[in-house]
Amino acid sequence: MTSVTLTAESITLQIDGKDISCRSGETILQVARENNIDIPTLCFLEGLTVWGGCRLCMVEIAGSPKLHAACATTCAEGMAVSTTSPRLKEYRKMIVEMLFAERNHVCSVCVSNGHCELQNMAVKLEIDHVRFPYRFPRLEVDNSHDYMRLDQNRCILCVRCVRVCGEIEGAHTKDVKGRGVLAAIIHDLDQPWGESQTCTGCGKCVNVCPTGALTQRGTAVGEMTKKTDFLPYLTLMREAKS
Amino acid sequence: MKPEELVSMMEKARADSAAFKHEIRVCTESGCMSLQSDTLLKTLGDEVKSRGMTDKVHVKGVGCMGLCCNGPLVKADAAMYQFARPENASAIVEGLSTQPVAELLCDLQQPFFTRQKLVVRENSGNVDPESLIDCIAHGAYQALLKVLTTMTPQQVIQEISDSGLRGRGGAGFPTGLKWATVSKAGGSTKYVICNGDEGDPGAFMDRSVMEGDPHRVLEGMAIAAYAVGAENGVIYVRAEYPLAVKRLTKAINLARRHELIGHNIFGTKFSFNVELRLGAGAFVCGEETALIASVEGKRGVPRPRPPYPANYGLFGCPTLINNVETYANVAPIINKGAAWFAQIGTEKSKGTKIFALTGKIKNTGLIEVPLGMPLRDIIYDIAGGVPDGKEFKAVQTGGPSGGCIPAELLDITVDYESLAKAGSIMGSGGMIIMDETSNMVDVARFFMEFCMTESCGKCVPCRVGTYEMHELLDRICEKRGTPEDLQLLKDLCDMVKQTSLCGLGQSSPNPVLSTLRYFEHEYLDLVKQAQAAHGDQSHAATGEHIELEVLP
Ligand SMILES: Cc1cc2nc3c(=O)[nH]c(=O)nc-3n(C[C@H](O)[C@H](O)[C@H](O)COP(=O)(O)O)c2cc1C
Ligand code: SF4
Ligand code: SF4
Ligand code: SF4
Ligand code: FES
Ligand code: FES
Repeated sequence: MTSVTLTAESITLQIDGKDISCRSGETILQVARENNIDIPTLCFLEGLTVWGGCRLCMVEIAGSPKLHAACATTCAEGMAVSTTSPRLKEYRKMIVEMLFAERNHVCSVCVSNGHCELQNMAVKLEIDHVRFPYRFPRLEVDNSHDYMRLDQNRCILCVRCVRVCGEIEGAHTKDVKGRGVLAAIIHDLDQPWGESQTCTGCGKCVNVCPTGALTQRGTAVGEMTKKTDFLPYLTLMREAKS
Repeated sequence: MKPEELVSMMEKARADSAAFKHEIRVCTESGCMSLQSDTLLKTLGDEVKSRGMTDKVHVKGVGCMGLCCNGPLVKADAAMYQFARPENASAIVEGLSTQPVAELLCDLQQPFFTRQKLVVRENSGNVDPESLIDCIAHGAYQALLKVLTTMTPQQVIQEISDSGLRGRGGAGFPTGLKWATVSKAGGSTKYVICNGDEGDPGAFMDRSVMEGDPHRVLEGMAIAAYAVGAENGVIYVRAEYPLAVKRLTKAINLARRHELIGHNIFGTKFSFNVELRLGAGAFVCGEETALIASVEGKRGVPRPRPPYPANYGLFGCPTLINNVETYANVAPIINKGAAWFAQIGTEKSKGTKIFALTGKIKNTGLIEVPLGMPLRDIIYDIAGGVPDGKEFKAVQTGGPSGGCIPAELLDITVDYESLAKAGSIMGSGGMIIMDETSNMVDVARFFMEFCMTESCGKCVPCRVGTYEMHELLDRICEKRGTPEDLQLLKDLCDMVKQTSLCGLGQSSPNPVLSTLRYFEHEYLDLVKQAQAAHGDQSHAATGEHIELEVLP
């Protein structure tokens, strides 16, 4: 949307009581990370457009009655941000619990066990049980592609895969169908992945997927690891070129 | 069209209609059309023809007259007829020159009609929405002419600001302020959008305006476009409103043909084009950023704001987005002046508001009343109270984003502030009335089911939260709920309200919160009944007694 210009003026703000300066146009999340302040995120991924869907990055801003998504809020002069509070902690826990209750996350038999961002988030937020009724939906596994697999049971609808496919690979094979809890990732016009005419087989979606929803075929329990560090380089190279 | 042409067209049309001795108006809006009022219109025309009275009697189709529950409504000279069927056509025509048909008469002196104040709907029921000439005869496009020939954009914005008009789409944002923001936004291309998505259950105000007086909406948009410096407009209507789509399409084509929209309107430098876009009927597409995405051809999901559409809207350009009824208020404000408009209503809520009355109420249909009218007057005088000798229990305002107002609060006034104070919202103007037989937990479940199925699925709190809240409400309703379920429901309401991305999620707990506020005992009763029926399983499991938290 807006790219940071090189002549951007600098701004000072406070995050968790710490005085920080940044360039105008930077988001709270960017600035917090540059200053080693951790804000939990799931849908955000550096190099992709901001989505604002997981709501884990919600922070408090002094003087505002509402909460703000750190990934989607730009810093302003004099802002005082709190990234954590008992209330925020509780909300974040509830969000992650809801993700576990929404679909079928059976970690013990998942190829991503031990390398899953959802699982890690649950550990980080000290979640020891889920207080919400489970949905137990009956969902498909798309095994039609030669070397990649989409398991809807593990998808948290962060749409990182959709964004990387459209924005970085430029294929736009993936998109979302349906509404609410019935929303789901699809390929082309809701066809089996293996039959997709547009998928280049680049594997980017698998690497950016935070969970065991998109995996390489032939991996056994706990074997699937992902690489997301390629993204910032790709974006950087593109920006340098244009 | 030249300015003089508009005047001469108006005069000619008025003279033409004065030449008729009698006029018969038949409601041809969706409500009455569903009872074959179109056949009635045709039969009346044939009847007049067969009696050789075509030069004396003018038969025309018009917009909604409000009392839809008694439809089809027909106005024959001074008489209003209700429940009119094609077989009554001959008697109605006969009655023009003799006595009105007594058994069909609808009393025009009843409070339903006398207590309303028509501003937006002043022409609904009078003009033929499919005839540009007839609309011009009733003053259409006079305000546009005035604006383009005698006012600067700043003066128009000032006039709208002075009138105190607030957005009718739900939030009640001051319209003048919104126009000023878009007008100040940089960029050569700007857009105006008319939000005709109207997705709340029980609401049909905007549909009626679009079906009954489409030129008024176009005129309002053109004036807005002039004020903010836009040349392109989009009307977004749901495809489930086929008649509104048809009438708007016709209105746009006619206005274009007569150069009331297009290049250099009235010979001035101002050009304005309008396009119609059909939505597939998702409630969330009424949310402004989702609507814009949908118009752009993308999936209709909201995005975080800021940037607001006023700065970054359709195709990244500054965009003004207003509701149908908001635009329909513009022409009267320009014609009669901001001061005239500002004296209607209350201190902070100016003008009138259309409400759609549905549910357990005698007169279902559409009303337009000055803001600030006591709720009791609306329910008992205008709407005629609850039928079948039942007791009034509550009214839901603002649809799934609003809340219920119980009988104890019937004396509050209906305006933005006092509805908000009572824990509800004005919303777009739906009023669903419930009587003593309604179970309020069930009402909350109904609205939650709506939010659950209409959630776009983008953000977790709304997508999963509405599902979980619905599941818990379902348990409680079906007498399977525990005190823990009720507590969890309350926690979820708070969390979903605070963390959801857009208004749909943020307001989805409102029906639960407001029924909890006024009818918590119904929740507690159901939970107690569950415990009595199934034994105290949950308590046995945790071995502790859970105190229920009562909301203040
Ligand atoms: C879920 C949701 C649904 C909405 N639906 C509508 C609608 O059907 N019609 C409408 O005019 N505004 C609707 N709105 C409000 C719009 O986002 C926007 O505020 C409005 O069109 C602005 O017009 P106004 O200032 O004239 O009220 C909706 C908002 C939300 C959050
Ligand atoms: S493999 Fe590449 S092209 Fe195919 S769906 Fe994934 S990201 Fe898109
Ligand atoms: S498949 Fe993976 S990356 Fe795609 S939406 Fe689901 S969880 Fe996110
Ligand atoms: S609150 Fe609901 S409708 Fe709004 S963005 Fe989130 S999921 Fe979509
Ligand atoms: S990281 Fe900000 S909403 Fe997901
Ligand atoms: S639809 Fe005919 S009177 Fe309302």
